[in-house]
Amino acid sequence: MTDARPPILETRGLTMRFGGVVAVDNVDFSLAEGELRCLIGPNGAGKTTFFRCLTHQYKPTAGHVIYRGDDITGSHTHQIARRGIGIKTQVPSVFDGLNVHENIWLSARRHHKDRDADKAVDQILERLSLGHLAKKVVGQLAHGERQGVELGIVLTGDPELILLDEPTAGMTHEEVSRTTEMIREINRTASLIVVEHDMQFIKAIANKVTVFNQGTILVEDTMENVLKNQEVRDVYLGKREVA
Amino acid sequence: MKISLDLKSWNTHGLIFVGVLMLALLLAGPEVFDLFVLLKVILFISTAMLALSMAFIWGFGGILCFGQSAFFGLGAYAYAIGVINIGESTVPILLSVLIPAGFAILLGYFMFYGRLSDIYLAVVTLAVTLIFYAFIRSTSGEEYVIGNARLMGFNGISSIPVFNWPGFPNSPLWPDDIFYVAMTLLILVYFSLRILLRSHFGRVIVAIRENETRAEYLGYDVRFYKMIAFSIGAGVAGLAGCLFVSFNNFINPDVFALGLAAQIIMWVLIGGVGTLVGPMLGSLALQMLYNWLGTQSFVSFLNTYLVFGAIIIFFVLAVPQGLQPTARLLALRFLPFTRSPEEAEEAARARQGSGDD
Repeated sequence: MTDARPPILETRGLTMRFGGVVAVDNVDFSLAEGELRCLIGPNGAGKTTFFRCLTHQYKPTAGHVIYRGDDITGSHTHQIARRGIGIKTQVPSVFDGLNVHENIWLSARRHHKDRDADKAVDQILERLSLGHLAKKVVGQLAHGERQGVELGIVLTGDPELILLDEPTAGMTHEEVSRTTEMIREINRTASLIVVEHDMQFIKAIANKVTVFNQGTILVEDTMENVLKNQEVRDVYLGKREVA
Repeated sequence: MKISLDLKSWNTHGLIFVGVLMLALLLAGPEVFDLFVLLKVILFISTAMLALSMAFIWGFGGILCFGQSAFFGLGAYAYAIGVINIGESTVPILLSVLIPAGFAILLGYFMFYGRLSDIYLAVVTLAVTLIFYAFIRSTSGEEYVIGNARLMGFNGISSIPVFNWPGFPNSPLWPDDIFYVAMTLLILVYFSLRILLRSHFGRVIVAIRENETRAEYLGYDVRFYKMIAFSIGAGVAGLAGCLFVSFNNFINPDVFALGLAAQIIMWVLIGGVGTLVGPMLGSLALQMLYNWLGTQSFVSFLNTYLVFGAIIIFFVLAVPQGLQPTARLLALRFLPFTRSPEEAEEAARARQGSGDD
């Protein structure tokens, strides 16, 4: 891979052990500025653990995470967030007891002064067509709507790198296609790492795909080539009726 | 301008209602109560303030501190030792807030930056108050002196000077005046906490209660916010302790004991976790019940704590939300004028919707 631009995010020798289990084994990974990368792999391949090492939900056993040339391995989650990394988790991580407006405001207020924060909230609500839900308590919304709220929270921070863990989980077809559009649009201004299971969705958004297996990177290639790859089929695609 | 803007999103009816009620009590107090009752009311104000501190950190900060009594006791002792040494009450009143708040910063630093889980936090704070209890009880010896103040161990410190007019140590306040001071402080603290909860800081505190991880993903340093909230709660509890001393001129280590520590939790639980007024009423109700049980002969075979235990079980099972939220729900249901415009809209929609379902 010859990319002239410096990577926005790198890992070097990243390893995560849980007791005797090596969930992520010495992974060297690199994401170019502006790139959209999908992480796939069978269950237990280590992609979610790898993802959580990036967000510092887990403290890696060994190795380094490097963001824009700085080692952020030892940073706290809130410090990583302040550097412009937005995180969306597998199960929507939102403020369930608060309404949609408040959820987004809490994100907006971190980056804007008081008055501007309200404006930023309105913009995001409009962009994600969540306006009609603004006064609704998030805990009472449908799963797909909560996913939308979480995306709104993440986007409000204008992140330069966004980490998405299964963004389409639990969404309807319509919501998936809207999210596809959304991710393409986001990718114009931000780099993305997406962990996903939905192959149709990956085919729709991905240029390059990283396949995890047993804690290591098995293949890194375009979606087209990955789908042709016999090794990948053996460990993963052979077990599922996709593509 | 800004305040009035924010007011829209407050439960304005509720705030006005509480404000009017408190002001009425403030103005009418010494007129309607005789001296004996007035002194009791000052005690109730002190416990209401303590309930308020717990309501804030638990109901809004999500910090279940099982040793809030430690800060109450610290505030009380800080005032007592301060006023005995200084001979004037203004600085000791400040000390009764600052010392517990400062101690809470220290304790909070270790607990929150050490990432103690909720259950360990409850245990540690309980241990802290019991350590104070054991320590102060063991200070009867003459060697335990701070300046002019002997700690007196389990006997407690008596003849503690009451509040005086600021700068005039020889003009002590009469019970009427102490009532005015206590009630004014309660009103100020209540509305300050309400304003705080509408500020950026307050909204983040509530967000952390809702979802700590998401607050971190947004870039908020959760440890710092919790430490500060914990410290504010400790300062309010300390002020309550100071009022407690001013009411009976006496303090002993029982304020650190398990009994009070557990009662504070009960006040909030019964009044309603996540509200401010509820726990104040909860403390009032339980205190009055406690006094009433003490005057009844039939309870000679019934331990007061047994009755309290039964009440807490009843509340957890039958009124899990607590008094205030339940009363509010009933009011919204049966008294339409208590609804805010949004709630009225919601109710109207619900009525329409129920036809379709």
